[in-house]
Amino acid sequence: MVATRTEEQARGEVIDIDRVTIRFAGDSGDGMQLTGTQFTKTSAVFGNDISTVPDIPAEIRAPQGSLPGVSAFQVSFSSYDIYTPGDIPDVLVAMNPAALKVHLPDLPKGGVIVLNEDEFTPTNLKKANYTSNPLEDGSLQAYRVYRVPIGTLNARALRDTGLSAQEIDRSKNMFALGLMFWMYSRPLDTTLKYIDERFGRRNPAIADANKKSLLAGYHYGETTEMFATHYHVPKAKLAPGLYRNITGNEATALGFLTASKLAGRPLFYGSYPITPASDILHELAAMKRFGVMTFQAEDEIAAIGSAIGASFGGALGMTGTSGPGIALKSEAIGLAVMVELPVVIIDVQRVGPSTGIPTKTEQGDLLQCMFGRNGESPVAIVAPATSADCFNMAIEAWRIAIKYRTPVIFLSDLYLGVGSEPWLIPDIDSLPKIEPNFATDPETYQPYARDPATLAPPWAVPGTPGLEHRIGGLEKQNITGNVNYEPENHHLMVSLRAEKIARIANDIPDVEVHVGEPSGDLLVLGWGSTYGVITTAVQRAQAKGLKVSAAHLRHLNPFPKNLGDVLKSFKKVLIPENNLGQLQLLIRGRYLVDALGLHRVTGRPFTISEVENEIYRILGREDLQVSPNGRGPAAAAAGAA
Amino acid sequence: MVATNERSESGRLAAQTGAVKVLTRKDFVSDQEVRWCPGCGDYSILAQTQRVMPELGIPRENIVFISGIGCSSRLPYYMNTYGFHSIHGRAPTIATGLKSTRPDLSVWVVTGDGDALSIGGNHFLHVMRRNVDLQVILHNNEVYGLTKGQYSPTSPFGTVKKSTPYGSIDWPMKPIAVALGAEATFVARSLDTDPHHLAETLERAAKHKGTSFVEVYQNCNIYNDGAFDDFSARDVRADRMLYLKHGEPMIFGKNQDKGIRLNGLKPEVVTLGNGITEKDLLVHDETIEDPTIAFLLSRMDYPDYPVPVGVFRAVQRPTYDELLQKQIEDVRKAEGEGDIAALLRQGDIWTVE
Repeated sequence: MVATRTEEQARGEVIDIDRVTIRFAGDSGDGMQLTGTQFTKTSAVFGNDISTVPDIPAEIRAPQGSLPGVSAFQVSFSSYDIYTPGDIPDVLVAMNPAALKVHLPDLPKGGVIVLNEDEFTPTNLKKANYTSNPLEDGSLQAYRVYRVPIGTLNARALRDTGLSAQEIDRSKNMFALGLMFWMYSRPLDTTLKYIDERFGRRNPAIADANKKSLLAGYHYGETTEMFATHYHVPKAKLAPGLYRNITGNEATALGFLTASKLAGRPLFYGSYPITPASDILHELAAMKRFGVMTFQAEDEIAAIGSAIGASFGGALGMTGTSGPGIALKSEAIGLAVMVELPVVIIDVQRVGPSTGIPTKTEQGDLLQCMFGRNGESPVAIVAPATSADCFNMAIEAWRIAIKYRTPVIFLSDLYLGVGSEPWLIPDIDSLPKIEPNFATDPETYQPYARDPATLAPPWAVPGTPGLEHRIGGLEKQNITGNVNYEPENHHLMVSLRAEKIARIANDIPDVEVHVGEPSGDLLVLGWGSTYGVITTAVQRAQAKGLKVSAAHLRHLNPFPKNLGDVLKSFKKVLIPENNLGQLQLLIRGRYLVDALGLHRVTGRPFTISEVENEIYRILGREDLQVSPNGRGPAAAAAGAA
Repeated sequence: MVATNERSESGRLAAQTGAVKVLTRKDFVSDQEVRWCPGCGDYSILAQTQRVMPELGIPRENIVFISGIGCSSRLPYYMNTYGFHSIHGRAPTIATGLKSTRPDLSVWVVTGDGDALSIGGNHFLHVMRRNVDLQVILHNNEVYGLTKGQYSPTSPFGTVKKSTPYGSIDWPMKPIAVALGAEATFVARSLDTDPHHLAETLERAAKHKGTSFVEVYQNCNIYNDGAFDDFSARDVRADRMLYLKHGEPMIFGKNQDKGIRLNGLKPEVVTLGNGITEKDLLVHDETIEDPTIAFLLSRMDYPDYPVPVGVFRAVQRPTYDELLQKQIEDVRKAEGEGDIAALLRQGDIWTVE
C-alpha cells in the first residue's frame, strides 16, 4: 500500500475540498451504473453541483471479468458550478482486475484506487490479460491504493441473512457504495429509501441485504484503520429553485412533451430502436396519459414516414434516432423539406461511420444533417449544449418547425443523452405558447401562398373543408402547388426554401460570448456537448491572464445573425470538435475566417487539459501548459492527504 | 347499370341522414390534367375510385389519398380530396402516421407492384400485420412503367425486358399470398377491365375496418400490353376466371359447369356431372379466421386453374389506430390525465435557497 505515511496523524480528519471525480468501474454485471446513479442522486440532494457520464460496453453481456465487459460510471460533484463530469478521475473504484486495467490509464499519478482485492485471482488476472499481479509487481506504486476484500467483507456482513452466496455477492456494489459514501461524507437516506422502493415490497430479504451491505461498507470506512482521511465537499451555490437530476435523453423527452402542450397539439413519436436514442422512445412511450402516441416502426424509414404523416394531419410528428438512422431517413427528410411540413428529427450522435462504436460519443453528424440529402435541401438544426439544455432546445426545435413549416434536426449526442446534471425545473406556465396557425379559409387558401415575414406556407390539415389539395415530392408551382417542371419556377422554389431557413436567423438569439470579453486574442467556439469542457478550459486560461473568450452555438442552421461579427472581433478562432473539423469547415466557408480546429475522435469527450493546452499553444504560451495527466484543483486537494 | 343506381341511392340516403352534402363522381375529379399514357388501365381504376367515393358518404375533406412513386402513384393528383404523393414505397408509413393520429379520416394508399412489393416490401408487410384502418390499392401491371419497362417483382420468371435481356432469373411473388402471410384482414383482387367488379371491390374495401388490400390487375399498354389477356380477355374470361362469392360454391365457366374441389390440401378443377355435384365443391367463406384456404386460392393461376378474383379474406380484428387511441384512454382512466408540471417534479428533487 502506498501513501500511508500520514495515516496516524490524519486518522479521523475531515478535509474540505471543492470538487471530486469518482469513477466506479466493474464487470457489466456488477451494478456499476446503479452505484454511480445512487452516488449522483445523493450528491445532488445533498446540494452539490454534479455532472455524470456512464461508460457502457458495446456488448450486452461480454464474458464476465473480460476487458470488453467493463462498465463504468463517472460522477463529478462540487461546491461550485461545474460543466463537465471531470476529465480524469480523482478516485477509481475497481471491482475487478479488468476494470483496473481499462481505467488505470486515466487516473493521474497519486490518484486513489479502491479495489476489490478478492477478485485479483490468477483466473481473473488472466481474463484481464495481466501477466503479473499488479498488486504485487509494483506497477501501482505511483497511486494511493486501498485494497479492500469487498466480497469477503460483504459476505461476512450478510452471513446470517439466509441468502445464497450468489445473492449475497450481487449486493457487493452496495458495500462499495457505502464505503464511498463514508469517504465523501454523504448521507445514506436517499439510497436507503431507493432500496426500499425498489425491493421493499417485492423482496424484503433482498432489500434488507442491500441495506446491510450499504451500511457495512459505510461502517467499514469509519472503523478500519486503512483510510487516512475522508472528505467533505460543501454544497454548491446554484441559482435558487427546485432541482432534480436529469439525463439529456430524459430532458429531451420532457421538452418535447412540453412543446406539445405549448402548441396544444398531440405528440406523435415514430422511432426504430437504436443506441443511444432508444431512451427517448422509452420515456415517451410511458407518457400515454398525456396523450403521447409512440410508434415502434419497422425501420428508420417507416419511423420518419409516420412522423411526416402525423404532421400532415396536424400533430407534432417526430422521429428520433442516431447517426446511421439519419442516413436512412435522408430521403424522407428531403420530402419534408419539399412539402414544407413541420417535423422534428432527433439525432443522438454516436461514433461513426457506419455502426462505428455504438456506445461511445462523437459529433460526426453535423455535415450529414446539414447536407446529407439530394438537391438543395436546407433544414434548420438546433443543438443543446448540456444535458439539461436538451429540454429548452426541444421546445425551440418545435417553435421553429411550426413557425417556419420546416423539418428541424435536434442534434444531441451520446455524451449529452446519457450524461446527467442538476436541472432547475422550469415553470411551464411561464413558457410562451406555440401557435400552430392552421389554415381554415377556403377563399384565400393556396397550398404555397407564403407568410411574407417567414415565407412559411399555410398548414392545411385534412378534415378542413374546402382546403383539399395535393402535396408531394415533385416540384410544385409556387402559390398554387400544382406539379411544375418549369426551369424558372424550380429556381424560385429552391431559393424560397433556402431563404425561409435563412430568415430563421431573425428569430433566434444572438450568439453570446459567455466567457471573457467580446473581443480579444482568441475565441474558442463550440457546439453541442463540448460546452462544458470549453467553458472550463477557457475559464482556466483566463485565470492565467490570457485574452481568451468562449462562445457556444445552439443554432447551427441558420447561424445566429451576429456570428460573423463575433468571429471577426478576435485575432484567432479555435473550434474544438469531436470530429475532423465539420463546424470549422462551415465557419471557414461561410465567414472566410481562418478558424483553427482541435479534433479528437476517441469516442470520449475532450479532456479539459486537451482544450486548455491547445489554447496555450495557439497563444504561444507553451509555458502554461498542464500535463495531460495534470491535476485539477480538486485532485490536488485530494492528494494533499 | 342497376348496381350503380343502388349505390347512388345508398349514398344519397347516407347524405340525407348524416346531413352531408350530396356528392357526385364529379366532385372527386380534381382540376389537374390526367397524364397517363392513352389506353392505360389506370384510367379505369381512377374512374371507379371516383365513382365509389360518393357512395361512402364520407365528406370529401375527410378523405386522403397517399401514394409512393410510379405511374399508379400519380393518382392522388387527380382526386379532388386531400392527397400526398410521397416517396418510393413509403406511402404505408405516412398513411400509418396519419391514420394513427387522425382516426377520423378515410385513408387510401395507392401503389404499384414495384412500389409496394419491391422497394416498399417491408412497409407493405407491416401495415398489413398492424391492421391500420386504411385501404391499399395495388395496381399490378407486372412491369415497371415509369422507369420504362424493367421487370417487376410480379413479372413471370424469364421475363425479357431492358434490364433482363436474357430473361429474369428471379421468381415472382404473389401479392395476395404475401398479404395473407402478413395477416391482412381484408384481401381482394379485381381487374381494370371489369369496372363493375372493381367498383364493388373498392367499396367493400372501404367499408372494411382494418387494412384492406386490393390487388388490381392493370394493363400497361406500353411496356406489358395484354399481360392478363390469356385469362381476362372478354371472350375467355368466363372459362378462365373464378369470381369468388361468399357462401357460394366455387363455380365457373361459360356454362357454369366447372368448379373447384379440394382434394386433400390441393384444389382441383372438376366438371359438374358424372357424379360430381355442387355439393362436392369448395364453398367460399371469406370470414374463416384461418387463412389456409385463402392461401390455397392465392396460389391458383392460369393455365392450371382459373384465376380467382373477388374477396379472398375478410375477417375482423381490432385496428392499430383504434387500439392506440384506446390504450391512451385506458391509461388515462387508470392513471388520470397527465400533469406535466408534476411530471417534471418527479423523482428526487431538492430546493436550493
